[in-house]
Amino acid sequence: MSDLNKLTIAGARDALAKGETTAVELTEACISAIDASGALNAFVHNTPDMAREMAAAADARIKAGNAAPMTGIPVGVKDLFCVKGVPSQSASRILEGFLPQYESTVTQNLWDQGAVMLGKLNQDEFGMGSSTENSVYGATVNPWKLGDGVERTAGGSSGGSAAAVAADLCLGATATDTGGSIRQPAAFTGTVGLRPTYGRVSRWGVIAYASSLDQAGPITKTVRDAAIMLGAMASVDAKDSTSADRPVPDYEAALTGDIRGKKIGIPREYRIDGLSDEIDRLWNRTAEMLRDAGAEVVDISLPHAKYALPAYYVIAPAEASSNLARYDGVRYGRRAKLGAGDGVVEMYEKTRAEGFGPEVQRRVMIGTYVLSAGFYDAYYNRARKVRALIKRDFDQAYASGVDAILAPTTPSAAFPLGSANKGNPVEMYLNDVFTVTLNLAGLPGISVPMGLDRQGMPLGMQLIGRPWDEGGLLNLAQSLETAAGFTAKPARWW
Amino acid sequence: MSITEDEARKVAHLARIAVADADLPALAQDLNGILHFMEQLNEVDVEGVEPMTGVEPMRLKRRADVVTDGEQQDLVLKNAPDAREGFFAVPKVVE
Repeated sequence: MSDLNKLTIAGARDALAKGETTAVELTEACISAIDASGALNAFVHNTPDMAREMAAAADARIKAGNAAPMTGIPVGVKDLFCVKGVPSQSASRILEGFLPQYESTVTQNLWDQGAVMLGKLNQDEFGMGSSTENSVYGATVNPWKLGDGVERTAGGSSGGSAAAVAADLCLGATATDTGGSIRQPAAFTGTVGLRPTYGRVSRWGVIAYASSLDQAGPITKTVRDAAIMLGAMASVDAKDSTSADRPVPDYEAALTGDIRGKKIGIPREYRIDGLSDEIDRLWNRTAEMLRDAGAEVVDISLPHAKYALPAYYVIAPAEASSNLARYDGVRYGRRAKLGAGDGVVEMYEKTRAEGFGPEVQRRVMIGTYVLSAGFYDAYYNRARKVRALIKRDFDQAYASGVDAILAPTTPSAAFPLGSANKGNPVEMYLNDVFTVTLNLAGLPGISVPMGLDRQGMPLGMQLIGRPWDEGGLLNLAQSLETAAGFTAKPARWW
Repeated sequence: MSITEDEARKVAHLARIAVADADLPALAQDLNGILHFMEQLNEVDVEGVEPMTGVEPMRLKRRADVVTDGEQQDLVLKNAPDAREGFFAVPKVVE
C-alpha cells in the first residue's frame, strides 16, 4: 500500500486487521511525512524512536490477536498533554526543559490501546489564543494555501493538531477545547473536531488553562475516526475529581446513519452582524441537508448568547490566574537569571515576565484584577451568574425536545497570519463567538467540514449536543459529512 | 471603571509579573479595553441567580483517607531549577 499516512483511522485499523499493512509501515510513512513538514511548524517535539518501538509492539499485539481499535494507529499529541520523559511545555517558555515524570490519563489510555506516539504538536501558549501564533515555537501555518501565496492560520489553540491531521502527518491528534480550541482549528483546516461533555475525558496530566472549561477531545479526518478516538481517550478516572462516573459507550456503534425524527434547533441569536454571507448561506444549506435526511429543523432562542464572550473572558482568565500561579521558578521549568541582592519576590516577577508571552501575561493580570478585593462581585460573581443563565438557555432548549443545535463554527474562514496581533485583543476574542457558549454550559460540540468558500478555504459547521449524548451527536455529524461529501485536501506546497 | 497606571502596577505586582514603568501606560490601556468589553455583563438582570460553580450537579468525589502515593522525592525534585540536599532551593527570603 502507498501513502499510508493518508489513511483514516478506520481504514488503517481495517488494513491492519487484514494484514494488508503493519503498524511499523504506517509509522514510517508518518515519520517521513513529518520530516518533510518543517514549513508547517505543526510538530514541535518529534519522538521517532518511541514511535518505532511502540509500532513494533503494536504489530506483535495484532499478531497475537488482541488488538484494540487504536492498536498500531500513529497519533500526534498536543503539547499540553504530559507524556513521561517527553518535553511538555504547553508552548510556553516558562516550561522550557520540563520533562514530566508521569503520564496524562488521555495519553495513557491511548498507549494502553496500542496507539503510536509520533510527537508533540504546536498550540497557543497554555491554550490562550485562536491562531497558534502565541507560541514559543513560532506560528503553525495552515496547510491550505491559495494561489495568493498568503500564509494563513491553522486556528488555535490546537492549530498544530489540526494542521498535522489536515496535512496527513498523523492519522489523528489529541487536542483540548476551553473556548473553541478544538472546533475552530478543525473548521479552518477541513478536519473534524469533537469537544466532549465536560467530565467525559480526564483532565489529569493536561496542563491547565481554565479548569471548569477545559476538556480534551480528538481532531480527525472523519466523523467515524472521531468516534473511535474519543472511545479510546475517554474514561472514568479517580485522578480527576470532575471525571464523570459514567461508563464509556461504543461511539462507533452509534453511527447508524438514521437521523429521522431528530429535532435540530437553529438559535436566532447566532445570526450576528458581521457574519459572512457565505457562512450564512452554508448554514441554511446545512439545515436543508438535515431536513432531507429526515430531521426536523426548528427555530430556538438562546437569549443570553451574546453575553457568553464577556462572561468567558472574566471566568477563563480568573481561573488561569490561579492555575498559572504554580509557575514560580521553584519547582519546575525555567528560572530567570537573578541580579545580586535579588530576593524571592524578584525571582517570581522576573521569571514570570520572561517566561510568559504577552497574551498569557494579559490574561493572568485580568484574572488577578477580577478576583481582587472590591472587584470580585462586580466581575467574577456576576460572570458566574450570567454563566448560570447561559446554561439555563440550553437546558430549556433541550427540555423543549431539541436533540441538537446547528450553528457555524466560526464567523469567517482562516485569516492570514499576522493579522490577529495587529488588532486589539478584544477583536481576536470575537473569533470564539460561536464556540464559547457551549464551554460555559459544559456541552459537547463537533465541527464538520462542509465545503470550501469562494477563495477555496475550508468552512465548518458546528453541532451542539445534549450532555453525554456524544453518540447521537456523532451520528448527526456523520449524516452531514455524508451529505456534504467534503473530500478536498490541501495541495502540497510544504 | 478605568484602570490607572498606578493600578496597573499594583495588578502586575499581585500577579508577580515584572513590568517596566515605560510599559505601564500600554498595559493600562489594554486592561481597560478588556474591562470595557466585560461591562456588557452589567446589562443582564442577575437578580436571584446563583453563581454557577460546576456544569454538572455532582458531589465532589470522596475516597478513604489513606496514603495512596508518596516516597517520590527524586521524581518531585527532578525538574527543579535548583534543588539541593533533597530540597527546592530559592534565593534569600528573610533578611
